[in-house]
Amino acid sequence: MKKIIVLAKQVPDTANITGQAMKADGTVNRAALPTVFNPDDLNAMETALRIKDAIRAEVIVITMGPPAAVAILKDALYMGADRVILISDRKFAGADTLATSYVLAEAIKKIGAVDLVLAGRQAIDGDTAQVGPQVAEKIGFNQVTYITDIETITEDYLVVARDGELQTERIKTPFPVLLTITDETNTPRYPNCLNMLKYFRAGTASQLEATLGDITGDNDWETARAHNQVIPVWKAEDLGLDLNRCGIKGSPTRVHKIENITLTGGDLELYNTDPMAIKQLVLDLRKDYAEVNE
Amino acid sequence: MKIIVFIEKDPRTGALRDVSIELAYKAYSLVKPFQGEAVGVFVGDELPEDCEKAFQFGLHRLVYYLNAKLAHLHSIAYKNIIQAMIEAETPDIVLFGATHTGRDLAPLLASALKTGLTADCTQLHIDEYKSRGPILYQVRPAFGGNILATIITPEQRPMMATVREGVMLPPETKPQHPIRTEPFALRFQEQWIINEFLSVAPKLTKINFNRTHIIVAGGAGVGSRANFRLINQLADAFGGEVGASRAAVDFGFAPKERQIGQTGAVVRPKLYIACGISGSIQHRAGMDESQKIMAINSDPQAPIFSIAHLGIVGDLKEIIPVLLQYLKEA
Repeated sequence: MKKIIVLAKQVPDTANITGQAMKADGTVNRAALPTVFNPDDLNAMETALRIKDAIRAEVIVITMGPPAAVAILKDALYMGADRVILISDRKFAGADTLATSYVLAEAIKKIGAVDLVLAGRQAIDGDTAQVGPQVAEKIGFNQVTYITDIETITEDYLVVARDGELQTERIKTPFPVLLTITDETNTPRYPNCLNMLKYFRAGTASQLEATLGDITGDNDWETARAHNQVIPVWKAEDLGLDLNRCGIKGSPTRVHKIENITLTGGDLELYNTDPMAIKQLVLDLRKDYAEVNE
Repeated sequence: MKIIVFIEKDPRTGALRDVSIELAYKAYSLVKPFQGEAVGVFVGDELPEDCEKAFQFGLHRLVYYLNAKLAHLHSIAYKNIIQAMIEAETPDIVLFGATHTGRDLAPLLASALKTGLTADCTQLHIDEYKSRGPILYQVRPAFGGNILATIITPEQRPMMATVREGVMLPPETKPQHPIRTEPFALRFQEQWIINEFLSVAPKLTKINFNRTHIIVAGGAGVGSRANFRLINQLADAFGGEVGASRAAVDFGFAPKERQIGQTGAVVRPKLYIACGISGSIQHRAGMDESQKIMAINSDPQAPIFSIAHLGIVGDLKEIIPVLLQYLKEA
């Protein structure tokens, strides 16, 4: 039985910025963006489920984030994850990739006896692609990044395709290993209806208190627990973390300055679709650019 | 001030990668005011055949480690060797190309050295920071290209960054340093080699947008794969290269290697012709430094017009054939 960890992140949907998320000055109102399951992490999730389909495996999805990040853990349960864990503590706030990878690595060590860690290639908010490799280094795993295909799945090794940028590599890699998965690898499956029925009311203990709290008896809690509907939350003390390595304290990088990219008005020269105007444009371009391609 | 630069070669040609030459010059220009040193590190089976180029462009010294087993990227082996090199050289700054190799190795090293790493930088400069003295200011697009963040590593050393290819172009005049290479002594350990490379297929389609002055790019507005032929024809007529927005790639109008933008290539041609491209922030991140931008779009409100110098509002299926006709005549 292989134990697979998927590293997931809830991210603002930077890829679909609509009018509502734009401020009057043309910059993006980051707080107004809806949150989503980081796209590449869905491909990592799908990879885990396909490996589970091929050999016996347990799929555990972990995320570090605020309590609201439970939403993506529920999505993971709907897709077919066996277990999910929320790693959440105010002490993790302001973490850069080094501090984030420290917390995730300690969580993986606590889970123990892990054979495979899967991460999305990168998150769409930071685009760093650093947390996966930094986790691999901290848990002492081998890694293969930029995976585009899982060709062969066995109990002892995987054969994967890697986008080496200038070449495509087919690599046989034994367990344990950490892979970072690109969106070329697969198409993530839809949530499963039965899983949705089973987990629609899943949440952290404090979230369930709101619905199960005083009104209903202990039986409901028993049922929720028996049905894997209580999502565990691990805090810094549950992991025995060195607080100097967490959050902003454990982050060597600082954001010195942020500039919003605004739409700047250029001196646009508009041509209409009148053929003579287009002819003039072509002649102008020809004149300006005839020499540059010599 | 000492800067270490990770030197990479193109496995298909055995020559230096462009980004390594760009970084050699960048490191040289960053250390110059401090009379500092730009040191290259190379790990592999054989040195790049045109190593002297890195010195022409400003490298002072190259430290290398060769082993026949290191022909391919074995992350753990590479990381252990480079870590030993960094610990021996104690640089202030370590720079990698933001290539698939650089972005595989740099995070491993930053984790092992417990220091800060900034990904995919587009600008670097050194300036004073409070009482810490000179530090590296690392500018990178973030949040899907919606913001430009300046990141610093005030305390830990070395300060590490990966740098995008094609954005720090060296000038025509080169420093022309003499070649100075030295092997690095370290016992090779078999257990560093874990992966087995079953086969390696060179990609022949990587497009070098930096070598072209004119790019004609198509977006979702092109409408179909068949219509995308107009983009190819226009590029041919100008003697330029064909680019595509992410939407055009996602719709299957154009192959992924032609993608320009946040997740594709970053280009800065003399003339960029955007056809049926609305001009999302992600796309603009890859082309807004083009010298001249021309946009053809049926939507006069498309954001692309706000950065364009020349614009035609209309149906590109009608406009491009007219352009082609006049280009032939001209």
